[in-house]
Amino acid sequence: MGYPNHPHQRETPVLSKYFGDAEARTLDGWKKRGGYKALEKALGMSPADIVNVVKESGLRGRGGAGFPTGMKWSFMKPGDGKPHYLCCNADESEPGTFKDRELMRWTPHALVEGCAIGAYAIGAETAYVYIRGEFTEPLYWMEQAVKEAYAAGILGKNAMGSGKRIDVHVHKGAGAYICGEETALMNSLEGRRGNPRIKPPFPAVSGVFGSPTTINNVETLIAAAPILMNGADWYKKMCLSNPKSTGTKLFSVCGNVQRPGTYEVVLGFPFKEFLYDLCGGPNHGRKFKAVIPGGASVPIQTMEEAEATLMDYEGFVAQGSMLGSGGVIVIDDAQSMVSVIARIARFFAHESCAQCTQCREGTAWTTKIMERIRDGQGTMEDMDTLLDIADQMTGKTICVLSDSCAVPVVSGIKKFRGEFEALIQGRRFHPVIAAVA
Amino acid sequence: MAETKMINLTIEGRAVSVPDGTTILEAAKTAGILIPHYCYHPGLPIAGVCRMCLVEVEKAPKLAPSCATTVAEGQVVHVHSEKSLDARKGVLEMLLINHPLDCPICDQSGECELQDYTYQEGREDSRYREPKRFNPAEDFGGDVIYVPNRCILCTRCVRFMDDVAHDPALSVAERGDRALIGKFEGKDLTHPWAANVVDLCPVGALLSKDFLNKARAWELDRTASICPNCTQGCNVMMETRENQLVRMRPRQNEYVNAFFMCDWGRLNYRWMNEKNRAEQPMIRRGNALAATTWEAAIAAASRALKGKKVFVAASPMLSNEALYLLTQLMQGGSGAFRVTEGPEAPLPGVEDLALRRERAANVNGAEALGFKKTTDLLAGLSQGDVLIVAGEDLAGIDAAAVARAGEVIVISSVLPEAANNASVVLPIANFSEEEGTVTNLRGRVQRFTQARQAPGETRPSWLVLGDLLGAMGKQSNFFLPSEVFAQLASSNSAFAGLSYDTIGFKGLPLANAPASRPKAPVAVGAA
Repeated sequence: MGYPNHPHQRETPVLSKYFGDAEARTLDGWKKRGGYKALEKALGMSPADIVNVVKESGLRGRGGAGFPTGMKWSFMKPGDGKPHYLCCNADESEPGTFKDRELMRWTPHALVEGCAIGAYAIGAETAYVYIRGEFTEPLYWMEQAVKEAYAAGILGKNAMGSGKRIDVHVHKGAGAYICGEETALMNSLEGRRGNPRIKPPFPAVSGVFGSPTTINNVETLIAAAPILMNGADWYKKMCLSNPKSTGTKLFSVCGNVQRPGTYEVVLGFPFKEFLYDLCGGPNHGRKFKAVIPGGASVPIQTMEEAEATLMDYEGFVAQGSMLGSGGVIVIDDAQSMVSVIARIARFFAHESCAQCTQCREGTAWTTKIMERIRDGQGTMEDMDTLLDIADQMTGKTICVLSDSCAVPVVSGIKKFRGEFEALIQGRRFHPVIAAVA
Repeated sequence: MAETKMINLTIEGRAVSVPDGTTILEAAKTAGILIPHYCYHPGLPIAGVCRMCLVEVEKAPKLAPSCATTVAEGQVVHVHSEKSLDARKGVLEMLLINHPLDCPICDQSGECELQDYTYQEGREDSRYREPKRFNPAEDFGGDVIYVPNRCILCTRCVRFMDDVAHDPALSVAERGDRALIGKFEGKDLTHPWAANVVDLCPVGALLSKDFLNKARAWELDRTASICPNCTQGCNVMMETRENQLVRMRPRQNEYVNAFFMCDWGRLNYRWMNEKNRAEQPMIRRGNALAATTWEAAIAAASRALKGKKVFVAASPMLSNEALYLLTQLMQGGSGAFRVTEGPEAPLPGVEDLALRRERAANVNGAEALGFKKTTDLLAGLSQGDVLIVAGEDLAGIDAAAVARAGEVIVISSVLPEAANNASVVLPIANFSEEEGTVTNLRGRVQRFTQARQAPGETRPSWLVLGDLLGAMGKQSNFFLPSEVFAQLASSNSAFAGLSYDTIGFKGLPLANAPASRPKAPVAVGAA
């Protein structure tokens, strides 16, 4: 049934195994559950071997882009004379996503361990955990865990007696969506305004403080420990459809669904069964209408598309969307799609960093038009204008925030044109509300 | 220096060859193609935020920002293809949705890049139907006013203050379409070079208080000149309206001032419009000076000088040409000058660029031509010598010291009070009214040209001095200042090899001047 409930029998809890287990938050409790064994093992291996195991396992970035983690780590060339840095992206700000929050709340030591393994693997002595400003509780537990780890000699200049220096710093952001973009995160970490940087240079060449940097998502780093302990083959075997998508993935489900929560399933799991079985299906008397499967910035799926989806990187793309961050937003037939899209657009307009023209002006303009249509003041030309603005906002800016704002608008108009037209033509949206049994 | 690798590419069908590391935007300039842009400025670090300079590069998946994309061998770039024109049209429409169409009351109108590019390739109409954002105008201190409604957030001003002036005073405040340029708490644009942000602003968001509502851009006449206000010799455009100098703005010269000029120099132009001018040649009749013709005045001056030892009290504002001709009048005498001083104010982001301590244009030229720099101006004046007061105002000079002179000849724009007993007054044009050259503190000889008409019967200094030399029987047949300079170059080894043609409008160093390097552009990517 997914956290905060007991796991559903069809879930595969690897990372979420100790959710709700208060003792796992402490160092002693974590060690009792096999914690820091992976780090100990890692410190006995060569960094190149660790990178190879991760490469072999097929682990891909869990933050949204799905870039192969082992390959990302291998970009960090040892002995280039510059300090290397590991950044853990814990800014989880994608609307609908709350998996990293739970990971840090319940298993903070897992992230400390993951950071230490990752830092060692890329030849870094310092890892930064950039935590979203609103995450006060995860921040507390992360700070506790880092403190405990230093006191126990797990971190510091002689990490676990290996002679290697590994420092982990927890840095609190101020709560900006854009600081989850890797280069904006680095700017923010350095004390600058959180604006994305132009790439190239890529972080692996010039990242934090101008040094080679690797940025990984919380879930990605935490997954490294079980991979090292159980081997690449064990991880690779956890795959239900496409061999390019291996392992388990946390999905945070919210919206109009019976049992919202954080679920961990093996990649390739059928989305239909996930929604109707694990998540309990729609609320009483309602029907699912649409799903946004990977956080607010991925294309909206119709139910037909969603029900045909296998939950992995390729499966979502095949059905017109993306896996993204795994933030599943379920929308039922009582909701107006125009309202939903207008609200999403407003979010992006609020969070645009204001650098690029198309994003700064386009997100706000899109919002104004969307809200006008929602309020029954739209015209048929507005839809053409929206699509044209969306085209101007796609692929022309430094980062993908403006693309993200355009995506729900374009997919919304394409897949739910009828709702737009109804509002424009003065037919108000009437939700179907069933009598409560 | 190692040979720089050259990269060959094609831009708009033209073959271009540029050094490795050049951006597409700069490479296009060498082929005579201006790629429209706002945030890019060659004197600032690259931001790549306006997205105006997007061009189509063959085989690239997306349009490339040409200001932030370096050239690659064999690249084929399309600046005016349908795709790139469409993208720029989109940017222009977006920039205009919150930009008021108040061009009729905007100071920038006529020299506004948003206006220019919108006329060039923008949409005819806007599809924006919603209300525009409004923020009140703000006094940024110094000479600068900020009008946020017109701001397109190119951040040139922010980058200038951060990376060139090294005085972070500005930042982008807020996010999304609410963003505007903000001033840090307690900070003002009082840096001695801060007013450059007004020139850098591509639209009418940053305005000069001094120039506010004074003139429309198309009413101005622009003349290439040199800032006369210190020894740095920044290259400027003198902008006049109805013969009045209303604004000075920097003119690019990578050997002197890059793209900038200081606020003090910029705002210190009113003296060139002064009204208390000596407008007619005069000679002494009894106890008073009386107007006369140029012929009579020149003849009187020549009589007074005949066979006498001459002491010249010169102004370091005079051109090389005038100073050179003055040395020809000395007849065994000597010359001296004094110079006003003020605090030095460097621009940290540009090598060897500062508002200099010595506040006159031609201190180095005067010294190169043998004039003595002194604080006691008339110390070299012996009893009975003829004193030529050339451009000097004699402020603070005791009349008794002047009285040592046997005779006083004034060759100035303004009649100094201390020289009331002058026997001849020859009125000359001031710095903005004539052509000539000056030598800056690094020995660079630079031309300035006539921006205004001289009042009354005043004549250019070189012409007056040439006529005087002619009247005294010395060779002089000068029709142009370039001829005076040619004679100077042939008689003075420091000026050897220079001519108006070779100097051009970027100047050349004296033969003995230290080698000067081009100003290094601000390091790319220094965010």
